[in-house]
Amino acid sequence: MNATTADVATRQIRADVSRRKIFDQLFVIVGLLIMFAALLVLVLLFLDLVHDGAPRLNWDFLTQFPSRKAERAGILSAWVGTSLIMLTTAAVAVPVGVAAAIYLEEYAPKNWVTAIIEINVTNLAGVPSIIYGLLALGLFVYQFGLGQSILAAGLTLSLLILPIVIVATRESLRAVPRTIREAAYALGATRWEVTAHHVLPYSTGGILTGMIIGLSRAIGETAPLITIGALSFIAFLPESPFKSEFPFLSFAWLKDGFTAMPIQMFNWVSRPDPKFQVNAAAAGAILLGMTLLMNGVAIYVRYRFRKRINW
Amino acid sequence: MTETAAVQAIEPPAGLAFRKFRDRIVESGLLAAALVAVFTTLAIVIVLVTESLPFFSHVSIKDFLTDTMWTPLFAEARYGILPLVAGTLVTTLVALAVAIPCGTIIAIYLSEFAPFKMREVIKPALELLGAVPTVVYGYFALLIITPALQKLIPGLPGFNMLSAGLVIGIMIIPYVASVSEDAMRAVPNYMREGSYAMGATRFQTATRVVVPGALSGIAAAYILGISRAVGETMVVAIAAGLQPNLTWDPTQPAATITAFIVQVSLGDLPHGSIGYQSIFAAGLVLMLITLVFNIAGFTLTRKFREAY
Repeated sequence: MNATTADVATRQIRADVSRRKIFDQLFVIVGLLIMFAALLVLVLLFLDLVHDGAPRLNWDFLTQFPSRKAERAGILSAWVGTSLIMLTTAAVAVPVGVAAAIYLEEYAPKNWVTAIIEINVTNLAGVPSIIYGLLALGLFVYQFGLGQSILAAGLTLSLLILPIVIVATRESLRAVPRTIREAAYALGATRWEVTAHHVLPYSTGGILTGMIIGLSRAIGETAPLITIGALSFIAFLPESPFKSEFPFLSFAWLKDGFTAMPIQMFNWVSRPDPKFQVNAAAAGAILLGMTLLMNGVAIYVRYRFRKRINW
Repeated sequence: MTETAAVQAIEPPAGLAFRKFRDRIVESGLLAAALVAVFTTLAIVIVLVTESLPFFSHVSIKDFLTDTMWTPLFAEARYGILPLVAGTLVTTLVALAVAIPCGTIIAIYLSEFAPFKMREVIKPALELLGAVPTVVYGYFALLIITPALQKLIPGLPGFNMLSAGLVIGIMIIPYVASVSEDAMRAVPNYMREGSYAMGATRFQTATRVVVPGALSGIAAAYILGISRAVGETMVVAIAAGLQPNLTWDPTQPAATITAFIVQVSLGDLPHGSIGYQSIFAAGLVLMLITLVFNIAGFTLTRKFREAY
């Protein structure tokens, strides 16, 4: 049984390939290990926050003001502040961001103005958040005289998340097929009618996703709020937005000073007393939980809308 | 009156003039919204420059760039930005040492090895790493990573740039991985097929064909990561200490540009004082550093988009 030269050559090549294929398997193992290590960090971080903060994760923690005594300190003013800031941020960033995206996607002619706007949107997405804080300190707090108020904070964060809202909205507008637009134009609709009656309803899912992702980014932002002068010790609530007499709504809270969840957590984390670090962990667990929840909702919304629409 | 019907037939439908008018109003409103982005950039530049001009009339640019001490709030104030820049560079380098290898390997794995379903699940999950509030990462660095490192490196101070940098590295892994993966998937399949036909394995194809083919996109991903790390604030403010310190040793505490801005903002600084102006000067330097990286990243992404 003499093996021919061709057989020998084939066998050699096979041996060579399977030797090299070992690296494939090695790489798969390394890749999986690193990936799961990264995801494990996230899980461990959350579990650790819940574990360390467990003694304070109760109803009292949500309904008490900050205090010099760690066991009696709570996050009431922080979560109220965060909610009001998020309300302001959403009220500004969503209409402006969606409108800007509609302009860029549906209206913008190909000229230098459009090019400049596009470059600016891309660039703003890469500007560090603390720079937005400095902008707000110089412009909103002093130039516009808004002071260290909820309004200034909300405007700052809305500028910060504007690029996120714009990019997400543009993507979902782009996903609407041309044929829908052309059909509406053929029936005599004007450009705005095409956009408002046909394109926008189809892209609601994407816009919602972008809005939630943007807000989930804003909710954890600390640095710009510190720069514009968030207070870390507030033992009162902003004026209530609801009134018992006509017109039932009040916007006086926009002018009030504020604290927010991440500010409160930062304050506690930077104290040497380990008792306050328990509070920091509890606040962190709630903050991280809210962020993860918002991201989860965003993923779900995107999935649902993608499934529902069949072109 | 017999002509009415004929005239109506060629007349435009009722209300068209109004609808066209409304369209023009809406369009200008939308344009105004889009211009907010331009005005924001302009406002950032104007605010940073005008608020730091008084600072530079007080401090010479030469001192600012060459002095090795940064103590603007002390009685004997020194205004050398170098210690802050050094702190920023050291934490950024530590972060990159984590994020670049991990991010690249994850990107190669997801783009070339992972089954489709897995990629669909893992990518959004990884992106959650970038969504964690930075103050939470600060807690993680100060109270979990630093004590763990202190067991490995005896004598490591409670505040140090190493743990802050490591955590920033974890934070920017999704940015690096996601953008590089997009770049790798833009490499056309015929290049992979050509490589397989020559008897190359997946690993060889990935490292010798796909990665070189996507190199400019991968570089853009690294640069995005760098500009994130340079601008990161809370992790360093919490875990790296707030003391300006001109050192290249990551085990030492040191303030970064961003940490300094936070530290000053925490105090009650009167509008127009030199301390107030100094944070805008520091912000201007930070803005210039990130701008350089952003432009480089933008140019590279553009280049790689035109490649195929």
